Amino acid sequence: MSATITHTLNPEKWVDLYADYLFNYAVSRVSDAEIAKDLVQETFFAGLNSAKNYKGDAAERTWLIAILKRKVIDHYRKINSKKGKAEVRMSYVNATEEEGDWLEERVADPFTKSGEDNIQNKELGIAITDCLSKLPKKQSLVFTKKTIQGMSTEDICNELGINPSNLWVMIHRARTALMGCMNENWS
Amino acid sequence: MKIGLNTMKITHEEALHICDKAQYNEASKWEYFKLKFHTFFCKTCAKHSKRNSELTGFCSQASLHALLDQEKEAMKEELKKQL
Repeated sequence: MSATITHTLNPEKWVDLYADYLFNYAVSRVSDAEIAKDLVQETFFAGLNSAKNYKGDAAERTWLIAILKRKVIDHYRKINSKKGKAEVRMSYVNATEEEGDWLEERVADPFTKSGEDNIQNKELGIAITDCLSKLPKKQSLVFTKKTIQGMSTEDICNELGINPSNLWVMIHRARTALMGCMNENWS
Repeated sequence: MKIGLNTMKITHEEALHICDKAQYNEASKWEYFKLKFHTFFCKTCAKHSKRNSELTGFCSQASLHALLDQEKEAMKEELKKQL
């Protein structure tokens, strides 16, 4: 006999629980923070509008990510339709030299970061955000402000009403948990 | 000025604390030196220190993003209107 877990939606907690995760996912796909922010907001709206169709089979976050993926596809469709048609513009790497195999040189351009590196870094970002979302809220908040937003210890303490000792304890716990999580999920 | 061995000795907790501060360039040179001295003898802290630095490397490599509090509040407000 297998027990099935039914998930429920809590829209009022979406921003606190999933905004950063969805935002990182969106930035990794569209490479623009402003567009990514809009896509996250649209995802939440679309989630609300289709809440009645949510069966509870998938976790709330998985469901929201599925919506966001469609939003990203829609975004690319929209910008391509604005151009009239989808087009890929590529310029010759070294315009002064006409000779050579255009495609081969383009693919093997040694001066740019490889596509594989970019994909790996995007996946790494998603893995870290995933681990971060599993931390207690306060730890995640302090770690995000300190590590991702680069805020000073003093500013974080003032904003959250904690003392530096508390902050470093939370940072330590967050980092230790993240190391463990990354060890399991990233190799 | 002579520096005795005792002034360089730190506890494991102190070592972990300095290690965390070092990830944000907030450890002084003297603290950093004491951490190195400690990890030379303490393999557990050395291992932790290595993993901690790896995590820092991962975070900078991944170029993570986070929404600002104001942006989240604005999102919440917009969402409330729709609820």
